[in-house]
Amino acid sequence: MRVAVVQFPGSNADWDALHAVRDVLGADAWYAFHKEISLGGADAVVIPGGFSYGDYLRAGAIARFSPIVSAVRGFAERGGPILGICNGFQVLTEMGLLPGALTRNAHLRFECRDIFVRVENDGPFTDMGQGQVLQLPVAHADGRYQCSPETLRQLHANNQVAFRYCTRHGDAPEGSPANPNGAVDDIAGVYNRDKNVLGMMPHPERASEAILGNDDGLSLFQSLRRHLGAQ
Amino acid sequence: MTTPENFPGEPDASAELARKFGLADDEWERVLSTLSRKPSYAELGVISVMWSEHCSYKSSRVHLSRLPTEGPQVVQGPGENAGAVDIGDGFCAVFKMESHNHPSYIEPYQGAATGVGGILRDVFTMGARPVASLNSLRFGRPDHPKTPHLLKGVVAGIGGYGNCIGVPTVGGEVQFDASYDGNILVNAFTVGIAKTDELFFGRAEGIGNPIIYVGAKTGRDGIHGATMASAEFGEETDSKLPTVQVGDPFMEKLLLEACLEIFATGCLSGVQDMGAAGLTSSSVEMAARAGNGIELDLDAIPRRTRALSPYEMLLSESQERMLMVAKRGREHEVFDICAKWDLDVSIVGRVTSSGRFVCKATPGHDPFDDAPTEPDPVVVVDLPVDLLTDCAPKYDRPQEARPDAATLVTLTDDAPGNLGAEMLRLIGSPNIGSRSWIWRQYDHIVGDGTVVRPGDGDAAVIRVFCQDTDGTQEKFLAISADCNARHVELDPFLGAAMAVAECTRNVVCVGAKPLGLTDCLNFGNPEVPEQMWRFARAIDGLATACTALGAPVVSGNVSFYNETDGKSILPTPTVAVVGQLEDPAHRLGLGFLNEGDVIAHLGRPSRGVLGGSEWLVQTMGSITGAPVGIDLDAEAALQQAMLELAQRQLVRSAHDISDGGIAMCVAEACIANGHGARISLPAGGDAPAHALLFSEEPSRIVVSLPSGNVDEALLLCERLGVPFETLGEVAADTLAIEGVCDVAVEELAHAHAGALDAIVRD
Repeated sequence: MRVAVVQFPGSNADWDALHAVRDVLGADAWYAFHKEISLGGADAVVIPGGFSYGDYLRAGAIARFSPIVSAVRGFAERGGPILGICNGFQVLTEMGLLPGALTRNAHLRFECRDIFVRVENDGPFTDMGQGQVLQLPVAHADGRYQCSPETLRQLHANNQVAFRYCTRHGDAPEGSPANPNGAVDDIAGVYNRDKNVLGMMPHPERASEAILGNDDGLSLFQSLRRHLGAQ
Repeated sequence: MTTPENFPGEPDASAELARKFGLADDEWERVLSTLSRKPSYAELGVISVMWSEHCSYKSSRVHLSRLPTEGPQVVQGPGENAGAVDIGDGFCAVFKMESHNHPSYIEPYQGAATGVGGILRDVFTMGARPVASLNSLRFGRPDHPKTPHLLKGVVAGIGGYGNCIGVPTVGGEVQFDASYDGNILVNAFTVGIAKTDELFFGRAEGIGNPIIYVGAKTGRDGIHGATMASAEFGEETDSKLPTVQVGDPFMEKLLLEACLEIFATGCLSGVQDMGAAGLTSSSVEMAARAGNGIELDLDAIPRRTRALSPYEMLLSESQERMLMVAKRGREHEVFDICAKWDLDVSIVGRVTSSGRFVCKATPGHDPFDDAPTEPDPVVVVDLPVDLLTDCAPKYDRPQEARPDAATLVTLTDDAPGNLGAEMLRLIGSPNIGSRSWIWRQYDHIVGDGTVVRPGDGDAAVIRVFCQDTDGTQEKFLAISADCNARHVELDPFLGAAMAVAECTRNVVCVGAKPLGLTDCLNFGNPEVPEQMWRFARAIDGLATACTALGAPVVSGNVSFYNETDGKSILPTPTVAVVGQLEDPAHRLGLGFLNEGDVIAHLGRPSRGVLGGSEWLVQTMGSITGAPVGIDLDAEAALQQAMLELAQRQLVRSAHDISDGGIAMCVAEACIANGHGARISLPAGGDAPAHALLFSEEPSRIVVSLPSGNVDEALLLCERLGVPFETLGEVAADTLAIEGVCDVAVEELAHAHAGALDAIVRD
């Protein structure tokens, strides 16, 4: 498995993603700098967390004009698997590859802590089984997923919701604190319609090793490896 | 030699102007006699910032030399941008702590943010990649009308900067006390990792080498910030807003990546960030360390605003700027990497052999003009470098011991009736309760390295990735920042020693051996003899404890004039310690883990001395009582025992006894993982129960361990002469202390979690 980790100016969880995919999972992985125009023959792409271009204007808004982005878009159109984590999720929505938008957390503060999500639908990154509960950290100020009622209806109709915030036992969060940002319908991650592009606010790459207290996040990358192996 | 000129419109230097710039009258006389002429306006600005307390350490230098700075593990001691200790295999940990107190009181978000930015630059200037930050904060009393605004602003500012640049903020400390009502403290600490033989230093080496400016453009922000940090606050403080700098963490992230890439090429001979006193101090200090001179062409300074004068360019504290000395002929390597990261870069001068700091600029030249005038520079500054550094004023200011006001307060008669209720009140109070509202706003996990998170252990434990051509090695560091200023107030010598002891003890409690210490010494006006006495005594306390506990001082910072309208803060010599774990399996949390584990007390039991304790302050409304004191030999033995217990993996948790005494220590160990405990207090003579519960006497640790390990742990402690006493066991869901109280852990946890609610409620 060959994975490109996109590096925008201001990406800061690029190392986290590279480490999880390369050093923990054992895949071949490298950084794709934003000024490059090729993904170098990657089988999968990770758009990592951080503050691309300082998140000035709007989180993820400027990154979509970077040279690398056309390669990412082409990769997505060819059905290549793309995982956008945190700022990567924001970039993917700004690029229009994913529906909806991420706005300021309901309580208006940056929030960093472990939360729980429930796997809602199967996909390249989520073959671990519907209903599975994962403990993952969040670390964001702009993670409140929002979309129109019509988009929300379509997301559900097409089984595009990947993760929803939940309690430790997998129950509906009923607001804060289990839903850390006020996201609509407790949505933590969504697929595109073709289900090759996933955006999520929680950080699976920061929960992929026992020494970090939790390796639930590794299951996403293992799912990706199985998905690519089966192709 | 041409006499440096004023720019059009600049007034002539005079005694009156010098006073306005913060120079004392005798310092002005000294300038005149040394130069044998009047300085130019820009020169007066340069001299006044370089001679400010902030840059010259003129009141503290004579005392700082008493601190122990050596040890086999010390790679770089004080004097550079940061200190460094060896962590094995050719790598070192580079760290420092700095204050940003005055700006944070004026504008809490930007003041705190740029404090973080500044300490990050100090560390990566050394060639180290920053891996973790801490902060130590002091605010006024919780119900002071300004406290909510200041706390929220400072925390948001620290988070805003650290979260964006992607360096985890993994811990720290905060205390509320009325003495900080008008002068909060924001001390920021960063540690980074470097290869020891690839450290970079702030030296302007190599005559003729070009001086290169990299990073943000220069504006008018922060002009004379260093002078502001060297004066007391008064009623006009609000008018100092323009002296606060504004930070851009995104720019700093680019600067960080570009710098590390530039360093790796080997094309530089020296580098320094532009911190306090900006371009002036970075160039002067680099010249001084190398024994050379520097000539600057101010026309070439990248700028973001019109009509900047030499004075403004020299004193601006615009953030995110670096000054590099490249090896002649290799400038293009710096330019290429800056182009990759879209950073401004400009050659602004060269290293000379003159030993002088010379600046030239063209009057009326402004690159923003439609048709800028041809550069025709005149000399605006021409000063001997040593006048600004080694020959800066140095004072051994008069000291006067504080009248011994502290008396032993007997409290037997006013012992509280319901100690359970007392514990609930204390655990839910702002100085003791949970800090999660604060650290949840910091990204404390970015970098995949945070192994013991905030609130989980007595110190943070981070995994660092040491990369070289042979691959990557993982190493594990423990870091903590501490100071209980109330104990320093009661006795500066003992209190400062207690700060070092608490900080090293915290590091040992997570299973790490302390390697080195950095300090941030926050005090009042050094021109007041009693304040100077406090400072000098605290230095002696630090020195004695650092020697006794094997933690040499490798870097530090002094912040004087923490006063408002003549009212000083508590003397607050904050320290931060970096330690290393031999093996991550040795790491320990503070919380009880297993039902049935034995709970034991290490160290001499309390005698029930309540001086300076949180409980006494809350009860009496003032800092009072006899100093609790510290026996550093007993402390050293205790820390050795704790380290060995961790390394032999005999215990499952460890939590030192500090603020709030053993009562709060055990309560926190229960709350952490939701376990109850059934214990009796260690035997403590005839002191009343509340005194034994809440005394903050140092050199004590509560551990939990499997019953099968008790004999071996006991033997280990006996061998080192450390008292070991079993207190009870981890059990059920209440904290039951025999003859004292029986409180539900859930109730304690609820109170603990809401401790800051009253201050931060939106």
